[in-house]
Amino acid sequence: MGRFKVKKQDMFIDMTPMSDVMVLLLTFFMLTATFVKDEPVKVNAPGSVSEIKIPEQNLLTITVNPDGKVFLGMDSPQNMEKLADKMKETGSLTLTAAELEQFKDVPMLGTSIDQVQQWLKLENRNEYLNKGEKAGIPCDSANDELKVWVGNARAALGEGEKMRIAIKADKATSYKVIKDVMNSLRSIDENRYNLITSLAGEDK
Amino acid sequence: MAQLETGGDQGNSKQKKMNARVDFTPMVDMIMLLVTFFMLCTTLLKPQTMEIAMPSDKEDLQDDQRSQVKESEAITVIIDENNAIYYFEGKPDEATLTPTAYGNDGIRKVLLAKNAEAMKHVEALKKEYSTKEVNEKTKAEYNEKLSDIRNGRKEVNGKKISTPTVIIKASDNASYKNLIDVLDEMQICNIGKYVIDNFTDFDQGMIDALKGGA
Repeated sequence: MGRFKVKKQDMFIDMTPMSDVMVLLLTFFMLTATFVKDEPVKVNAPGSVSEIKIPEQNLLTITVNPDGKVFLGMDSPQNMEKLADKMKETGSLTLTAAELEQFKDVPMLGTSIDQVQQWLKLENRNEYLNKGEKAGIPCDSANDELKVWVGNARAALGEGEKMRIAIKADKATSYKVIKDVMNSLRSIDENRYNLITSLAGEDK
Repeated sequence: MAQLETGGDQGNSKQKKMNARVDFTPMVDMIMLLVTFFMLCTTLLKPQTMEIAMPSDKEDLQDDQRSQVKESEAITVIIDENNAIYYFEGKPDEATLTPTAYGNDGIRKVLLAKNAEAMKHVEALKKEYSTKEVNEKTKAEYNEKLSDIRNGRKEVNGKKISTPTVIIKASDNASYKNLIDVLDEMQICNIGKYVIDNFTDFDQGMIDALKGGA
């Protein structure tokens, strides 16, 4: 095949520019990537056609699992600390310095207020949220602690855009619980919030 | 760049000139994979959200601030357990409850028919803006006009266009997904005025009557 006449060519393609570009791209994506935060309670949000993106900062997420247990999380340890400080100020919950350190790094809360300190002592905190009998923030009309948490968070972070509330519930969650959560938010005059959904999967 | 001359020419002339070119292909392969991974991660895992504003339950609202819904424009959607969905138009005590279904052929058809006038305006608006340059200003303008149509504020010949008001009632046994699906329909059908109301015994009675009659 012509090999006898043509001098054997060096078929080595220089990959350096390509790898340069690739590394650049990689760096870009790595820096812009927002990773899913550690969520102890997994929920499967229903799909929707809505295309509004969730704000990333100063977000208070109320998670409701399929069993109807309510959990609460803040987006950053700083905000958790502010929340704890406010709770202390209003006398709802007083934590020691050591407990505060732990409280800051908790991705999600989910016990009644009087249980929080005990819960912080646990080794398997996140597991407890999923399996513990007393997990879940009480949110019915008889004992509404969710409104204490949210009210304090609002007081700690400020009005309006300074803190957004998002409700993230599972597909299978009963509307009864959602109604309780909504009523609880309504009672403290929180009438604007976001419902977290995933990308539409069904007929569009 | 990646060519390293080993300097064989100087000094030891006997040493063969080495080709120290490094093969970058496996590295590029790897990086390509990583880039793909990060690309997929960033775009797909961002959760969507829908904004919702609930009415305040403050008692000190003036009567004129309370929204009164015109009978002809009201449509009530009732969500029940096992993905059942019903609707009726107008006043509850005069209307007949009709069972329907989720999706294209069910509730959406009903709502689109009800909202036909606004849909027409939305289509026209989309057409108008599809030829325009996309920038911050046109986007804001578009959104404002869209919201005007959706909320029935747009006026044609000095008369406001009629848009329906949807009252959503979900029973305790309905699932969250059902609620989101119905809220989604509001988006799709360009309905700006909707409320989530409490499910009453009367509504349950209507469903029971329908089930008993069927």
